[in-house]
Amino acid sequence: MTAHNETGELQPIHHEPTSFFLKYLWSTDHKMIAKQFMWAGLVFLLIGGTLAMMIRWQWAFPGAPVPILGSILLRGSGGVIGPAQYMTIFTTHGLIMIFFAITPLLIGMFGNFLIPLQIGARDMAFPWLNALSFWMYALSLVLVIASLFGNLGPAGAGWTTYPPLSTNLGTPGSGQTLMVAAVFVTGVGSIMGGVNYVTTIIRLRAPGMDYFRMPLTIWGLFLTAILNVLFVPVLGSAAFLLLLDRMFGTQFFIAGSVTGAPAGDPIMFQHLFWIFGHPEVYILILPAWGIIGDLFSFFSRKPANFYRGTVGAMIAVTVLSAVVYGHHMFQTGMSPMLGKSFMVLTLIISIPSVMLVLNWLRTLWGGSIRLTVPMLFALGTMFVFGVGGLTGLYLGAVVPDIYLHDTMFVVGHFHFTMAAASFLATFAGLYFWFPKMFGKRLNDTLGKIHFWMSSVFITLVFGGQLLAGYAGQSRRLYDPYQYSFLTRLHGLNRWTSYAAFLLLLGQFVFIFNFFRTMFFVKASGMEANPWQVSTLEWAIPSPPPYHNFDTIPIVVRGPHEFANPVVLERLGRDWIGQAEELPEAMPGSARKAGT
Amino acid sequence: MSTATSTAVLDQPPAAAWPPDRQLGTASPAKIAMWIFLVSDGFSFFALLLGYGILRSGSSTWRHPGEPSLSIPFTALLTFILISSSLTVVLAYDASLRGRQRQTSAWLAATALLGSLFLLGQYAEYFGILHPGLIKEGLVLGKSSYASTFYVITGFHGAHVLAGVIYILFVLVYSLRGKASTGLVEVLGLFWHFIDLVWLLVFTLVYLLQAT
Ligand SMILES: [Cu+2]
Repeated sequence: MTAHNETGELQPIHHEPTSFFLKYLWSTDHKMIAKQFMWAGLVFLLIGGTLAMMIRWQWAFPGAPVPILGSILLRGSGGVIGPAQYMTIFTTHGLIMIFFAITPLLIGMFGNFLIPLQIGARDMAFPWLNALSFWMYALSLVLVIASLFGNLGPAGAGWTTYPPLSTNLGTPGSGQTLMVAAVFVTGVGSIMGGVNYVTTIIRLRAPGMDYFRMPLTIWGLFLTAILNVLFVPVLGSAAFLLLLDRMFGTQFFIAGSVTGAPAGDPIMFQHLFWIFGHPEVYILILPAWGIIGDLFSFFSRKPANFYRGTVGAMIAVTVLSAVVYGHHMFQTGMSPMLGKSFMVLTLIISIPSVMLVLNWLRTLWGGSIRLTVPMLFALGTMFVFGVGGLTGLYLGAVVPDIYLHDTMFVVGHFHFTMAAASFLATFAGLYFWFPKMFGKRLNDTLGKIHFWMSSVFITLVFGGQLLAGYAGQSRRLYDPYQYSFLTRLHGLNRWTSYAAFLLLLGQFVFIFNFFRTMFFVKASGMEANPWQVSTLEWAIPSPPPYHNFDTIPIVVRGPHEFANPVVLERLGRDWIGQAEELPEAMPGSARKAGT
Repeated sequence: MSTATSTAVLDQPPAAAWPPDRQLGTASPAKIAMWIFLVSDGFSFFALLLGYGILRSGSSTWRHPGEPSLSIPFTALLTFILISSSLTVVLAYDASLRGRQRQTSAWLAATALLGSLFLLGQYAEYFGILHPGLIKEGLVLGKSSYASTFYVITGFHGAHVLAGVIYILFVLVYSLRGKASTGLVEVLGLFWHFIDLVWLLVFTLVYLLQAT
């Protein structure tokens, strides 16, 4: 058994630490680190969502004092959002949601929790680096909070942080500096996490866990980690140069008469930012694709349709994502020929994307669909991603983009893909793996209410943005109705805002459900495998022991083994675990094998 | 579906031998992680060099009157020192493969020394030891894109050399205690060669292809 010796050498069983510091704070256990990411990510998701409500309030009732929040956050102005404050609110909303809420939840939480469990490993390849990665993220959160109290207010240059607005000329306060530093620090943490995830998946897969037997979730997280490792450094370099501009008087991103000397180029920042920024879209969506791809198979009780094709499509998107960033810069005076090339490459991405969606639909087709809460969220994810993807075609093509560029249409589009899809997929995963993390299930009825409120209102909110943008409303307007041609959009915007408020209200259903289950429901009576699925994490107790697997499992089949007649005959159920032995015949079976 | 075929599908054997991936599976996690990190780090340099290219190609005059040019003979000497250090780190690895701990330590020490010499040379270039140094000659961070990109790129590389020297000293301490495994020296060598390779790019793009 040399094979086993080697896995044993690489992954010895350690004893669980007992001190509070080692168990909860500097924990090197991937499951605890996942929970740390979960708590921090959920808190910042709520903060980012609250900021969004303030933006929506301003568009519904411009100049009216914000109820409740206004009296806490905007005491100086009597609860009214001023133009400068409005800038800081949408900037902070965007940056918090992308870097400090969705990234930690989708990648930090699911990546840490699922990678070792689903590939059959006892922990990450470098547990210590894993802990460091979380604490880098925690440090960046401190910087974010500090930036809120910066002199001259929080960061206000938009989530894209374009210069010259983001240099001392536009936003001289310390809030902007601290926010750029926060993005830099969390980037360092992401790279550490990425190196760890990729190494773990390459090296610590259990015997038999070929690349093509990995759950789609792992594929999504794997490709995301690769993109993180490649492109976050580019963002890091851009942030580093911007910090030098802000703090040490360099002029990398400032040009023209303001500099007093021949100097830099603001467009250069856009290049560096979008070389990272476009892959970032896929960094946030690939884990979501993986999760829903698995869930469709699990809850249709069918193998995922054309598994290899799905994986291939995800790889193709990952590769293509590196060469399309120019579609964000059609309006920067780029050569039309270059613009056209970027357009073609961008539109090519729709081929693998459509292949993914078709595979999902073919998985659902003819399945014995179980409309559980995770499945509902997965279906919702597919729908909003579909809308987001289709509206992307308008923006990826040069000619419509000239009209739609910098309108609310862009905002609606990227919220459908990056916000709605990753948001719903996060909840799909959370409802699905909550029993694995905590040993108890979230309440189904509350979960369904949460689903309907989330998916209906999120579609209305971002649909309203698409409509407003198509009608010509520019993004980032403090008071759109100062422009007479937009006054007639006031009604649309107000109704969109009502949908947003209801969306927030729906989240309180989740918060109630979450805390009730976490603290007031006893962990007993849950079946070991409540969803009846075949991946490795469900073959061990919930929550898993500190070292996950007593013996490293030997994987003998793919992740979606459902509805096989032989299994049904010999085991009496429609699924079989990835490492489960198939008995020769069902003991005491009345029916004989047909041979 | 006949029973025979579906049984075959169900009972696929585990991959022939652990590890499942023959090529990457035999490399140690540390070695794989170092390779991945180096690709990642390479993208940081790529971004800085791309910025350098964009700024330089977009400017009509790169070096302004009053700004010094960069000394190629002096930097060629530094380049030679750094390339030599790549040789010494290979010799350290070779000695480690043969199980000669003292020889390994000696070559590691030589590598650290050469790396430190490079850093000393960079210090002399910036601040001046026997000659005035670039800062006193008028190449000041923030004064022009030429100056700023120069300091950012060479400074970022210098920070890597510094980190590399500290890394070597750690491995050297292990080696002197007789605890440095071959793998440890090999992974260190990867990092050190990377620094060297990046320097060749920097030397070519920033020094050799200077604006006249
Ligand atoms: Cu894009």
